[in-house]
Amino acid sequence: MRKAELIMALVMAVFSIYLMWKSAELPIGWIPEEGPGGGAFPFWLSAGMLLCCIAIVINWARRISPPSQSDAVFMDRATLHLVGVVSIALTAMIGAIHVIGVYFALPLFMAFYMRFLGRHSWKLISGFVVLTPIVTFFFFEIALRKTLPKGFTEPMFYPLYDIFM
Amino acid sequence: MDIISQLAAGFLIAFEPLNLALVIFGAGVGLFIGAMPGLGSVNGVAILLPLTFLVPPTSAVIFLAAIYYGAMYGGAISSIMLGIPGASTAVATTFDGRPMAMNGQADRALVGAAVASFVGGTISVILFTLFAPPLAEVALAFGPPEEFALMLLAFATFVGLGGDDIPKTLFSILIGLVLSAVGLDIISGEPRLIFGDIPSFFHGINFLVLAIGIYGIGEMLWTIDVSRGNVTMSKATVSMARTIDSLKCILKSWKTMVMGSFLGYFVGILPAAGATPGSLMAYGVAKTIAKDGESFGKGNLDGVLAPEAANNAASTGSMLPMLTLGIPGSPTTAILLGGMVMWGLEPGPLLFVEHTEFVWGLIASLYAANLFALLINIAFIPAFIAVLKLPFTILAPVIFGLCVVGGYVPTQDLHDVWLMLIFGLVGYLLRKLEYPLAPAVLAIVLGPIAEPAMRQSLIGSQGDVSTFFTRPISGTIMVCAIVLIAMPLYKHLPFVGKKKAVE
Repeated sequence: MRKAELIMALVMAVFSIYLMWKSAELPIGWIPEEGPGGGAFPFWLSAGMLLCCIAIVINWARRISPPSQSDAVFMDRATLHLVGVVSIALTAMIGAIHVIGVYFALPLFMAFYMRFLGRHSWKLISGFVVLTPIVTFFFFEIALRKTLPKGFTEPMFYPLYDIFM
Repeated sequence: MDIISQLAAGFLIAFEPLNLALVIFGAGVGLFIGAMPGLGSVNGVAILLPLTFLVPPTSAVIFLAAIYYGAMYGGAISSIMLGIPGASTAVATTFDGRPMAMNGQADRALVGAAVASFVGGTISVILFTLFAPPLAEVALAFGPPEEFALMLLAFATFVGLGGDDIPKTLFSILIGLVLSAVGLDIISGEPRLIFGDIPSFFHGINFLVLAIGIYGIGEMLWTIDVSRGNVTMSKATVSMARTIDSLKCILKSWKTMVMGSFLGYFVGILPAAGATPGSLMAYGVAKTIAKDGESFGKGNLDGVLAPEAANNAASTGSMLPMLTLGIPGSPTTAILLGGMVMWGLEPGPLLFVEHTEFVWGLIASLYAANLFALLINIAFIPAFIAVLKLPFTILAPVIFGLCVVGGYVPTQDLHDVWLMLIFGLVGYLLRKLEYPLAPAVLAIVLGPIAEPAMRQSLIGSQGDVSTFFTRPISGTIMVCAIVLIAMPLYKHLPFVGKKKAVE
């Protein structure tokens, strides 16, 4: 926990410096008769972030904040495994949306999650896998007229649009 | 009295069969739209506006107002049940609504949210009826310096939200403000903070991307971490006896609800402020005046009642400048305003003279919409509780799916879904290290209001900072804000000193 606290503060400090540098692309100073320039607002706020990170590191060194006192492991092996699998599955699903679209990526993700993390029966899973895209389609595309990304499966939906819209 | 006879005439219009049906239907639809993460009253009103051309203008605006009201009730549902704010106006409801649901008090939180919304709605409609013309004049006197002072006051009330670790709380507020600055600089129009020259950053970072990232994905990862991936989310039950017991408890907190209603209403009137800062400020005030302030954030009923009363009151309040001055007080009223113009009704002071029927019909239907939203909401509570009883391994993928779709819908850009995933992962790690994350979400919502207000004031005063202090209203608010910010910092200093001495 102690190590994680320090690493996070340092990473965020580096991120703050990056934000300051990025904000400085616009004028960050005081323009006479007009007030602060376009980059001033994010620049000085990022500078404040950096100061906060420094304060967090000082608190870490003095062992004031609870995580800096704790000797507990930041993430044990079982947690890392579980959270890791879910995060990778999520990333894979969002990646897959670009290719096969929401209506196929989402049921695949749900089936994976329910089967491998929940050990539910295939019968239950197939119910969700079939119903989810149907409900999603009618709610978002038909009722709210918000098109969802479909990747290369787009042409499969043309007949549905012809019928319902 | 004149007002009473006009209101009675308004009720006759509101209770015409077509209008009454539209109120009930609108409140129901609004409830569901508000409960969907990623969709709020703005989406509902915007999407359904074209449908209203089938009915007369008065019926149309009654329908839209009912959706607006229903969505305000609905926003609380996903805040409490899923821990994801259904709309920015319901962000403050998650702070205590979510812990209450986790403690098995989901039914009490939901009934509380419904009752508080009803109280907020009712008080604000009464205020609206009585004080419309004089209040409109007060709001008219507000310029950018007052708006900025108000935003600062909003932030000042949030400093207390983050717990004891002041650097981490401030860090969270600041990162939220910086993220809100991404996109085009509003004054010069130049691109700003376009990371890696990715074009999608030009439209900025929608607050929902951060909110769903943190409250959706981050929250789910956190739950998986804590629960080892397989628990029922909460042991909520619902019964008549429990509901009556909850109602008794809720009615004891009438002061909180009345405070939230008044605060929300007055903040809602101010152009550009609206329901989100109103509900957040109500939460802050409720926490400050409570005897057991430290129990806020851990499932205090007052923490649900205050923001819910305030956001409904604010939604009525924001209609006041729209109808009397033609200045929308919130994005949703801006769309309503657009609709009115299309129907040939010119908003402004003359509306009260030339279209009395329309104005009072609308006001009366607000009373009706309020009542029906309450009834529909309470009737559906068992259904929402049933959702909670599903095993976590079924609920989790469904919620992840909702997050992904909800993150996509507002901007229709997959780039935002990726950002949401990153915010979720980083948010989860930060939460493990006890960084408070709520202030970041508040900041990203208020940043786009605060920065232009500050810079417009300074342009108006030709760079003279004293403009914030010399104007009577803005000066008073600024002083309050500075005192509120300085207080916890001052309290913190001797505490650090003492600890040092002990070491």
